[in-house]
Amino acid sequence: MPVISCRNVSKIFRRHAGPQLAREHLKALLTRRARRDNDFYALRDISFEVNEGESLAIIGGNGAGKTTLLSLIAGLSCPDRGSLSVNGRIAALLQLGSGFHPDLTGAENVVINASLLGFSRKRTRELFDSIVEFSGIRDFINEPLRTYSSGMVVRLAFSVAINVDPDILIIDEVLAVGDLAFQEKCHERIRALRRARKTFVCVSHAMPMLLQLCDHAIWLDHGELILSGNIQDVIDAYEGRSAPRPPGG
Amino acid sequence: MWKGDYVFVLRNLILKDFRIRYRNMSLGMFWSLLNPLVMMSVLTFVFVKIFRSPTPHFPVFLLCGLVPFNFFSTAWSSSTTSLADNAGLIKFVRIPRAIVPMSAVLAACPHLLIQLALLLGIATASGIPANIHWAWLPVVFGMELVFLCGLGLVFSAVNVYVRDTRYVVESANTVLFYLVPVFYSFSIIPQAYREVYQYNPIAALILAMREIVLENRAPSEVLLLKLFAVSVVTAAVGWVVFQKLEKRVYDHL
Repeated sequence: MPVISCRNVSKIFRRHAGPQLAREHLKALLTRRARRDNDFYALRDISFEVNEGESLAIIGGNGAGKTTLLSLIAGLSCPDRGSLSVNGRIAALLQLGSGFHPDLTGAENVVINASLLGFSRKRTRELFDSIVEFSGIRDFINEPLRTYSSGMVVRLAFSVAINVDPDILIIDEVLAVGDLAFQEKCHERIRALRRARKTFVCVSHAMPMLLQLCDHAIWLDHGELILSGNIQDVIDAYEGRSAPRPPGG
Repeated sequence: MWKGDYVFVLRNLILKDFRIRYRNMSLGMFWSLLNPLVMMSVLTFVFVKIFRSPTPHFPVFLLCGLVPFNFFSTAWSSSTTSLADNAGLIKFVRIPRAIVPMSAVLAACPHLLIQLALLLGIATASGIPANIHWAWLPVVFGMELVFLCGLGLVFSAVNVYVRDTRYVVESANTVLFYLVPVFYSFSIIPQAYREVYQYNPIAALILAMREIVLENRAPSEVLLLKLFAVSVVTAAVGWVVFQKLEKRVYDHL
């Protein structure tokens, strides 16, 4: 059974042009203006599978639909067409410091984040020290998060996510904020995750890192799947034709 | 499906709300006492000294209205904005989203407990003895919580789609303050409206409070039944509506 199975998935966003006033809604309702004019395919007819122990890189230019795809895999939004099934416990790092509150201390944020990712109270207490240890910011753990640099925030967020022991780890570009030593530490943990036959899904523009950490890749462009296959082949094809169509073209 | 510890998440979210609210205030928890005390003093002055209200124990009578009303309006408005306020959580962390408005409702409880303690303290100090019927207080407030969770589920979800909702709620709270017998007695409401009033959970709660604290008796069965029925129906409707609206919440935040 594949860990992630994505079949003919489309995600449609409605363009919110102009103000969201009642009279606009009324006008649209009364004139029965063809809704399709306002529809925008963030993803169109995407199909792929990720099997146990495989790792997937998603590459493509800005606005290609990479983050939208991750949000679907993470179960944060629903596809409009097609079907998507994901088997296993997910930890997703989709945005720097999401779920963290600036006025709370690092320690308080760690506990909240751990509970959101599905830890029990007991497990959180057991793992608290190794989370803080891995993050390497023990000295500042009782300071409010607003005093942290973005590198420190990502250290904390990654430490929590990796210690959840997820079946599927999803990362959207955020690691680049950490310094080289910390990035290397993260990569080592991701390799360990992969040795344990867990799944890793990643969006990044750092091709050398993707080559190291992933074995498969899909290339998205303007919501469509251009190529899917072995990481080296996809990256070669992507870099060979890396002048994408102009936005909106 | 999210497999986690619901109670632990709920506890953490409530604690978070509590800490954020008080951490940057020099008076901290004292604010929970100050607000009803000031309101009580001002309204008591107006109604006893100016309008010459004959109601005995007017400050206690008033607090029996103010405390539940404050709880209701705080819980309602903070749960309404909860999803929009926590967009970071909703968009990037996978959690059962119904927890967010419910934790906003529950986060109003620490205030409530402080204010209830104040109310019962003032009651005792002004010569109203503690009585066995105080045991009904957790029951009626429990039903009110169920009602508020239902209300919070509906309004938080609708507020994501139509952001004006929070202003509707704010206005409704202002209107309700006068419509609900907060600073006047239920007995001066014309007979024709009384039946309807009992279906309003906030009016019912205030009525029950006064029966318990001032009249030293258990709340009437009809009242309890109405409160119970409205609470359960609201919670059920809230749950269904939330499940339906939740699917596109991501796209609208």
